[in-house]
Amino acid sequence: MNNPQLNKHGELQHLLSTEGLPVRIMRDILDRASTFLSPGSHEIDKIPLLHGKSVFNIFFENSTRTRTTFEIAAKKLSADVVNLNIGASSTSKGETLLDTVDNLCAMHADMFVVRHSSSGAAHLIARHVAPSIHVINAGDGRHAHPTQALLDMFTIRHYKKEFHNLTVAIVGDVLHSRVARSQIHALTTLGVPEVRVVAPKTLLPTQVEKLGVRVFHDMGQGLKDVDVVMMLRLQNERMQGALLPSAQEFFKYYGLTQERLAQAKPDAIVMHPGPMNRGVEIDSSVADGSHAVILPQVTFGIAVRMAVMSMLAGVSA
Amino acid sequence: MNIQIKNGHLIDPGNKIDAVQDVFIIDKRIAAIGKAPQGFVAAQVIDASGLVVMPGLVDVAARLREPGYEYKATLESEMSAAVAGGVTSLACPPDTDPPLDEPGLVEMLKHRARALNQCRVFPVGALTTGLDGAELTEMIELSEAGCKAFSQADAALTDTRVLLRAMQYAATFGYRVWLRPQDSFLAKNGVAHDGEVATRLGLPPIPVVAETIALATMLQLARETSVTLHICRISSADAVDMIRTAKREGLKVTCDVSMNHVHLTEMDIGFFDANCHLLPPLRSQRDRAGLRAGLFDGTIDAICSNHSPVDDDAKQLPFAEAEAGATGLELLLPLVLKWADQEKVPLLHALSRVTSNPAQLLGQKMGHLSVGAHADICIFDPVASWKVEPGALKSQGKNTPFNGYEMQGRVRYTLLDGQLVFQP
Repeated sequence: MNNPQLNKHGELQHLLSTEGLPVRIMRDILDRASTFLSPGSHEIDKIPLLHGKSVFNIFFENSTRTRTTFEIAAKKLSADVVNLNIGASSTSKGETLLDTVDNLCAMHADMFVVRHSSSGAAHLIARHVAPSIHVINAGDGRHAHPTQALLDMFTIRHYKKEFHNLTVAIVGDVLHSRVARSQIHALTTLGVPEVRVVAPKTLLPTQVEKLGVRVFHDMGQGLKDVDVVMMLRLQNERMQGALLPSAQEFFKYYGLTQERLAQAKPDAIVMHPGPMNRGVEIDSSVADGSHAVILPQVTFGIAVRMAVMSMLAGVSA
Repeated sequence: MNIQIKNGHLIDPGNKIDAVQDVFIIDKRIAAIGKAPQGFVAAQVIDASGLVVMPGLVDVAARLREPGYEYKATLESEMSAAVAGGVTSLACPPDTDPPLDEPGLVEMLKHRARALNQCRVFPVGALTTGLDGAELTEMIELSEAGCKAFSQADAALTDTRVLLRAMQYAATFGYRVWLRPQDSFLAKNGVAHDGEVATRLGLPPIPVVAETIALATMLQLARETSVTLHICRISSADAVDMIRTAKREGLKVTCDVSMNHVHLTEMDIGFFDANCHLLPPLRSQRDRAGLRAGLFDGTIDAICSNHSPVDDDAKQLPFAEAEAGATGLELLLPLVLKWADQEKVPLLHALSRVTSNPAQLLGQKMGHLSVGAHADICIFDPVASWKVEPGALKSQGKNTPFNGYEMQGRVRYTLLDGQLVFQP
């Protein structure tokens, strides 16, 4: 089966998933992202790499952080940015996803940044558009959120330098999480020897171990001697599907507190893709504490998204 | 008209014939096999040298989409697809719009089909009104209108008391009940087998237990009611085991599998190929092996196309939102041949799964070429290979997971009631 993300020369054509993304491309993206950050200050200058290109952010599902950071990234690259919060508006008028895309193509889009509630939506669009148009998956259903995972990898590399000696724990609602799936593929691709998932059985998908992870149901054991703790957001509606009894009970057993974090290595970092539910999956003292790198993640996200966009546009930094 | 089919390799599973024999047709029926009847003068001779002559295929599940879904397919388009695939009899599930829950609808469908005179159509009546799983349909009336079995198609019947009573009522009059086992709670919102692929792609899952729990309920109620129960479209190895055990203990139960599940697994979904969005979902390799074993040992009685033409617009959507189903009538025979070839199953044995066996499920004296039987015949070239190209299919549905596959076995002639209804 052809890798739908690569062109016939093995170059990145679309960014749809971290699964099947070659390690050389992954490292290229991280290297390129670091060139956009001024050392020390983490300031990002505006550069004209995407001058004259049109980037369309099409969000069929709400997002503040991801859409904003994509917008900033595109603007830093001097692209023209169009934001479309389609939500239910266009589709509720009966327009299909691909009709919407065709219309935007007719407006001379060069790049689509797509978020959709259905797994595989970005793949569908990528298969449909002309070869000159690039698609970036900004989250599709439970499937993938590759730029989030790449910015997480950037963050880990920033603090830990290498991947081959790390133990990483991903904690929480893996079942519904596109972030977790993309993190797992990225971590295993980059050579992290031990990736753990920590959650009750109701929040883990079937045969999750086939993704190359070790499964833990006990938070203390799961965090033991880890270098990186990656927390996942727990959505309130999970309580309704009989997946969990209550947010309180979840926090009691799987919430990240100072006490639990003490199980990890002393220099462990704590990450979260946001938005956080304080007191549900993470205690405020940890979220605001010295191990947390949650805000740098956001800044790095801009650089990583710049790297992806410029690479897709085929321009060298 | 008198027809002689000459020099063909006759394979008639119902009569256990597997030999080069001529077939003689007088008017609409088989007049003789092997030797011409006295005074027989052929008005037409079909030279079947190098070809296989078999009873026309009987497909226990083919959606014609009428009434209500004519934008997906019509009787005209799908019956021409049927005969192009050598299918001369088919049963259509009741999930039309409105569902086949009234005698008038059934009569209309039968009348339309008869007028087209291509393929025999056996409507399966709705078990409950509107397929809503609450009230029984007028089964006697529907039966008199031509329904050979009663079913919920893919609609849920969650109320086990309604299911029990439906079986009791059907059993009273000796009607067949055809059910696809799926627990609607466990399958809720699901679109793919609960396994490695659904986990990787983040697709809402349908676990195997959704099938086996519903099946256990059905088998238990069948024991209770002595109804003639047919289990439709099983998809898992566990379900095969359960039915094998039930048959051994003497329960009146039969079952079928769709050709898609004989050949494909969850892996074929690849990168969200909506053509592989099927009901039930494609399962694991272990399940496929179990289904093949069940087909071989006779636990599974029939292979059907589960023909479900879907319009392009309904497939050009993200996987979970795309409508489930695949076109199939024209692929049924080559896919049965492919299975037989891969598993080294003799054709006499393999072809019974699409002729004599499904005919029995419908309670019809057909699916064989006995003297006096309707001359419904399929003649195919067993070595002709061809590539599946959706545009070349006669069905209005172009959606198939076998797009681009190489097939072996091509229909050359289809006869219905001694009349040539298809020739490419």
